[in-house]
Amino acid sequence: MEKRVVFRSAWLPYLLLAPQLAITIVFFFWPAGQAVWYSFQLQDAFGLHSEFVGFDNFTALFKDPHYLESFKTTAVFSVAVAGLGIAISLLLATMADRVVRGALVYKTVLIWPYAVAAAVAGVLWAFMFAPSIGIITYVLKGLGVDWNWIINGDQAMLLIIIASVWKQISYNFLFFLAGLQSIPKSLIEAAAIDGAGPARRFWTIVLPLLSPTAFFLLVVNIVYAFFDTFGVIDSTTQGGPAQATQILVYKVYHDGIKAADIGGSSAQSVILMIIVIALTAIQFKFIERKVQY
Amino acid sequence: MVEKRPLLDFVTHAVLIVGAFVIAFPLYVTFVASTLSLEQIMSVPMPLLPGSHFIENYSQVLFAGSTTGSKAAVLDMLFNSTVMALAVPLGKITISILSSFAIVYFRFPLRNFFFWMIFVTLMLPVEVRIIPTFKVMADLGLLNTYAGLTLPLIASATATFLFRQFFMTIPDELAEAARIDGAGPMRFFWDVVLPLSKTTMAALFVIQFIYGWNQYLWPLLVTTSEDMYPVVIGIKRMIAGGDSGNEWNIVMATALLAMLPPALVVVLMQRWFVKGLVDTEK
Repeated sequence: MEKRVVFRSAWLPYLLLAPQLAITIVFFFWPAGQAVWYSFQLQDAFGLHSEFVGFDNFTALFKDPHYLESFKTTAVFSVAVAGLGIAISLLLATMADRVVRGALVYKTVLIWPYAVAAAVAGVLWAFMFAPSIGIITYVLKGLGVDWNWIINGDQAMLLIIIASVWKQISYNFLFFLAGLQSIPKSLIEAAAIDGAGPARRFWTIVLPLLSPTAFFLLVVNIVYAFFDTFGVIDSTTQGGPAQATQILVYKVYHDGIKAADIGGSSAQSVILMIIVIALTAIQFKFIERKVQY
Repeated sequence: MVEKRPLLDFVTHAVLIVGAFVIAFPLYVTFVASTLSLEQIMSVPMPLLPGSHFIENYSQVLFAGSTTGSKAAVLDMLFNSTVMALAVPLGKITISILSSFAIVYFRFPLRNFFFWMIFVTLMLPVEVRIIPTFKVMADLGLLNTYAGLTLPLIASATATFLFRQFFMTIPDELAEAARIDGAGPMRFFWDVVLPLSKTTMAALFVIQFIYGWNQYLWPLLVTTSEDMYPVVIGIKRMIAGGDSGNEWNIVMATALLAMLPPALVVVLMQRWFVKGLVDTEK
């Protein structure tokens, strides 16, 4: 896509681009370059001395059982968050698309969690699930479940999954609703005249037509689970107990800031960058396809 | 509605009511907890009807802060959050509308190179460059400043893309007419492009307001002094550890204050919000 009519100036476009480029270089390229640089270095604890160690930081990472464990934790967490989030919001959006009365009320209630910061969402759910005073803990105790996420790793994982899904449902819901509303009514009506019931229509018409939206949301949700859930984890489990909820991003932060292992943390950053680049590439490939769709 | 199915209608509303209840329940609990005394919350189970400590709790939160953990007054934190929530969208809109205007309406050497430079920043979120970005901020002396809190967040490929996409839809005739009338590029920008971009700017503003308000990892890194905390960080600092050691009524009042402004923006500006959300992901 190119404009046919353009303006001519030898200096103006550079001036217009300058602020954005300055910020991009100072806060994106310089630090990202340094991350790559540090990842090949070994530094002492005070940052006074460093030496080039090649791929040592990377090989050390992949020999570190904690790091491999963190990969597994991230996989479980992101699959659960993306899967649950998409399934629940698809159900809610399908239902909301059917109703006429009260539609705006339902929609408003369902979308506001988007406005809640991840860290605040974590605090709310941590409060309701608090081992000694939480209101849900109390109900669970009545049902015979002994709930204490502070010492139980699986329960800690469940807590951050619930908080993260709760926050993300509104986003998925809006996209599914927009997708549902763009399906031509004539298709649905034609199927109904041919005798297909609501369930049959959903599986054979609605769901296939929604699949591009669903795939798009899958990628977005995985990116969300990988990176944006940092606040949820830091305000609740902080990666514990015993690293049961330490996803990759949290480990970068923990190793770099708390444990001051600059080389190791930078190597992890570089691996994360590669993952983001892969995910972005998938997303763009998909967008190209959607245009033809 | 294609056909009448009373049973399905019933199920539909039932599912939606359950969904809405689950989504809204944390908000309700937060509100109730923020009106109770600490003893009431500590008595298991806590009451599920609002108590009488509303004014007491909120005035303590706003003007004095919590007594455990962070002791900064939440009013100051709300101010910091407001600065972030306004500076980030305004800065972002300003620099991206200028750069996409340059990219769309000019031909110049290295144009594509600059476009790609902005584009790849999509792949470098703060989370993957935590340590080096922190070092850069420290070297530049930007720790604990508003500039440090906002500047790195205003560069964004998404906003640049959005404006670029919108500019491509502006008819060429307009630029042609402007040129024939002798208007220079900046005159065209002020009188034609800017007024036409209002809806895009509004949608972007709503999304970025929420983004700026809810920032967590970045302020966590660059603020060490309590008077620079945005409210989201403040809540985290109030939780000293252990679930019974916290002043939960104070924490919950702060949480409610922290989610109120962005939630109001989402609910009251729903149209812009939905447009912004759908557009930025296109």
